[in-house]
Amino acid sequence: MRRLPLSLIIGGAITALLIGAALLSRVWTPADPTAMNVLNRLKGPGEAGLLGADQIGRDVFSIVMAGAWTSLGVAFTATIIGGAVGTLVGVTAAARGGAIERVLMAANGVLFSFPPILSAILLGALMGPGALTSITAIGIFMVPVFARISRAAAMQIWARDFVQAARMAGKGQALITVQHVIPNIQAQIIVQLAIQTGLGILSEAGLSFLGMGVAPPTPSWGRMLADAQTYISAAPHLVLAPGLAIAVAVLGLNLLGDGLRDLTDPRRRQAS
Amino acid sequence: MPFLTRSARRIGGLLAVLLIASLVIFLLIEAAPGDPASIMLGTSAAPDTVAALRAELGLNRPLGVRYLAWLAGLATGDMGVSFTYDTPVAELIGDRLLVTLPLTAMAVVLSVLIALPLGVWAANRPNGAVDTLASVFSQVGIAVPNFWIGLLLILGVALGLGWFTTGGFPGWGAGFAPAMGALVLPAIALAIPQAAVLTRVTRAAVIEVANEDFVRTARAKGMSRGRALWRHTVPNALLPVVTMLGLQIPFLISGAVLVENVFTLPGIGTLAYQALSQRDLIVVQNVVLLFTLIVLLVNFAVDALYSVLDPRLRGRT
Amino acid sequence: MQQHFRALARSASLAAMIAATPALALAAGEVSFVQSVEPAGLDPTVSSPVAAGQVTWQNVFEGLVAIDRDGQVQPQLATEWQVSDDGLTYSFTLREGVSFQNGVAFDSATAKFAIERILADDSTNGQKALYAAIDSVEAPDPTTLVLKLSAPSSDLVYWLGFPAAVMVEPSSVDTNGTAPVGTGPFKLDEWRKGDRAIMSAWDGYWGEKPALDRIVARFISDPQAQVAALKSGQVQVVAEFSAPELFDQFASDAAFATHEGTGEMEVVAGMNAERPPFDDIRVRQALMHAIDRNLLIEAVKSGHGTPIGSHFAPGSPFYVDLSGEYGYDPEAAKALLAEAGHPDGFEFTFKVPNRAYAQRSAEIMQAFFAQIGVTANIESSDFPAAWIQDVFQDTNYDMTIIGHAEPLDINIYARDPYYFNYDNPEFDETMTAIAAASTPEERAEGYARAQTIIAHDLPALFLYSEPRLAVWDAGLEGVWENGPVPSNDMTDVHWVNE
Repeated sequence: MRRLPLSLIIGGAITALLIGAALLSRVWTPADPTAMNVLNRLKGPGEAGLLGADQIGRDVFSIVMAGAWTSLGVAFTATIIGGAVGTLVGVTAAARGGAIERVLMAANGVLFSFPPILSAILLGALMGPGALTSITAIGIFMVPVFARISRAAAMQIWARDFVQAARMAGKGQALITVQHVIPNIQAQIIVQLAIQTGLGILSEAGLSFLGMGVAPPTPSWGRMLADAQTYISAAPHLVLAPGLAIAVAVLGLNLLGDGLRDLTDPRRRQAS
Repeated sequence: MPFLTRSARRIGGLLAVLLIASLVIFLLIEAAPGDPASIMLGTSAAPDTVAALRAELGLNRPLGVRYLAWLAGLATGDMGVSFTYDTPVAELIGDRLLVTLPLTAMAVVLSVLIALPLGVWAANRPNGAVDTLASVFSQVGIAVPNFWIGLLLILGVALGLGWFTTGGFPGWGAGFAPAMGALVLPAIALAIPQAAVLTRVTRAAVIEVANEDFVRTARAKGMSRGRALWRHTVPNALLPVVTMLGLQIPFLISGAVLVENVFTLPGIGTLAYQALSQRDLIVVQNVVLLFTLIVLLVNFAVDALYSVLDPRLRGRT
Repeated sequence: MQQHFRALARSASLAAMIAATPALALAAGEVSFVQSVEPAGLDPTVSSPVAAGQVTWQNVFEGLVAIDRDGQVQPQLATEWQVSDDGLTYSFTLREGVSFQNGVAFDSATAKFAIERILADDSTNGQKALYAAIDSVEAPDPTTLVLKLSAPSSDLVYWLGFPAAVMVEPSSVDTNGTAPVGTGPFKLDEWRKGDRAIMSAWDGYWGEKPALDRIVARFISDPQAQVAALKSGQVQVVAEFSAPELFDQFASDAAFATHEGTGEMEVVAGMNAERPPFDDIRVRQALMHAIDRNLLIEAVKSGHGTPIGSHFAPGSPFYVDLSGEYGYDPEAAKALLAEAGHPDGFEFTFKVPNRAYAQRSAEIMQAFFAQIGVTANIESSDFPAAWIQDVFQDTNYDMTIIGHAEPLDINIYARDPYYFNYDNPEFDETMTAIAAASTPEERAEGYARAQTIIAHDLPALFLYSEPRLAVWDAGLEGVWENGPVPSNDMTDVHWVNE
């Protein structure tokens, strides 16, 4: 048996922890993440709960835990949707070629040229702040990423002998795409799903930081940071926990993505 | 000359993309709820006052007319007049660029200064201590949100050590040093994730080039390891690094929106954000279009650079 | 005694100024103040009135009358006025020898122009409604201005003292937004957008020259940055400090003077009285009983604030303390809910502007409502754009929360349409009676009645009045401690020992 890449082990462990915390927060947190207790207001770690209390006395540890559900939920949903649409665009472009490919990839180019946060803020203005807005804004930005990657990967598959043979046998483009192309590019897509979910968590945090994310009292790491900035000199501990949570979550997903890539494509292992 | 015709076609394509982008931006902003006139007048204004202001701002013209008027203005270099500030948009954007451009430039320089040496060193001794450091830095740097780095810098450096201010911008009129000083922490916050990405790319590129035949040949001919590195490997590895720098521009702009927000800098990101919440439509349209243009131009430049530096790519699309 | 000391200090500072080098003298006579919200334009008579007034009112622009630091009406460009017995004719005697900063003389013709401009059909003055009682304006001679009213309006002179009614010069009205021309002691030198507005003392001022040579409005929205600017000496005055949790550090710092004054901002949670169950007064009363306002203030404003029971803030001259009317009493709340037919509570959407004070208040209110079985689903609303459209114009909401900053604005509850959809003929009559009042006592009585009516009807949940937290350099004197008008009047400000 081949040795598992270190990044896969660490990344997998962090991601498992993250998912575990998110799931656990649905049934149990040390304290109710929405229950305020003004007496504990801005108290530091140890004085009130493991990570202290926020501006209205809620337990920071519990909010961070519950925030994992929000972050992962928004980022993963957005990535799945953006990934599905993008992959569909990519494999279609690769399969059809010609004018359709040009139009699809040109549209992709337009989408790619909008700076992500700015277009997300625009969408936020259009749809109002909320989870749906975050998912849409992040998902849309993922479409061109997946489209490019899946198109490039699919084109390589199309050039392979067994696909050519299938064509000769009279199989249609759609059937070949489903039977041969997608199974052969799925590893690359899965790697991207992990990495893009990580980026999605970063984007979600950014949007929430700007007040365009999920509505309170749904816990959100980005909004925690926005609140923490107000109290930065009175309660510096509020800045640390949510930021660390974001960084660790993204790190875990990135490592997981890298590890999966190394596992499925060992040639790249030494290069990156 | 194929190169020229291809360039002409690319410029045509760029303009087409820009046109589509302008329409998308315009429609998005128009579709957003909120009326600039009632926002400007606040919560005690009577409906007829709002109507009067709408008329004054030209908001009761049909949608198509306003879109075409905007484009016609742009064609003659006129971006229109801001609703809220009542000043030409170009002037407003110019003022704000005086903050954002130095900020992003400083961040780019800083990230290159970190990434190049670190990446090259790491590649030169794979799996050594520096390589481990570099890979930890690049993994962590990518994962850390830049606005959080900004908050940590405010906490540690500005509030803790008392160096630099926690935010705000004294203006260039206050002198070069105070103005630059106000940009140092934001630039660091902006630079770290960029540096992480670039370190990774630099390392990978250097390793790849080092394995190419011409470098092996040079080494085989007795060129020292260091000399081969600086004479052959690094110059040839710069291309992917420059490309990545270009591809990161949209993220740099996005980052600037957040970091300017953290440090309350009167930059173009803040302008876009404020103008949007005030529904200063004309300002938002122009800023977003400008950002799009910058991204397109940078991509264009990167592609052009590619085909100039790497002859193999000529003739490919 | 105090006055004498000030005069002495002033002459001392004058001596110091003469002795010092010119550059130093200039610096000594300069004050920078923080203005958190940058105005859209600098003309308080068009659009965004509050922020514009906070920069230019009294400093650059003056009115016929002015509201002073104690909230009292004082003569300014009008030296005196008479009101006819029926309350329908106001005659103002205008000050002579006043000119605008562009050299044009101020007289009854310019005053007539300025007032008529507010009332015009195409007027873009956000406060136009306050002056709606004015039917016609006459200028029988250069120093007399006569206002004819269609109905009595006892608050009219008070409103004429507001930023929205400052005197403007006809030829400058199109450019006042960026290049304001007023009759005040300071004129605008430069407005660096997004950063600062610089004003300097104007030679041609009709009154006593201000002590300062230069005043600078710095637009800094982030409280942390305001603190930094104060501590590093970049600014000397923050009249409305927005982060109460950072305020206390200045109180103990000898380098700064602080004052927790009274402001005019009331934070209220308006309800849509046309939507069940908010159409039931018992439900609104139950919700009011459900909230511990002291705790709310503690959590949102670090304790800096006053619970209110009606629409006026304690700083208002007509304030009646009604905060005890529907105090925190979850049991009473539950009883009222049961009586109204909601023994198990109900669910509604709480549309909250995405501003920190609103979001934090809403979160706490949500927790209080939960205690009486009522579920509030918070929906963030992009402020101001989406909020104004959705709540204010389309009244598409159940409950919202917002701060009302205009003084004496209790008449909003009589307005139709207005976002509360509140309708009580008795209240409307009270408002008409106040307008027709001929004595101050009558007005006060009317306002007391108005406050009592809405304290009982609760078209909105009255939460708290925001204090006006002011911080300034201890070396300064003359800064306004309270905020009867949102403003940064720098005309009396001076350095004590320099």
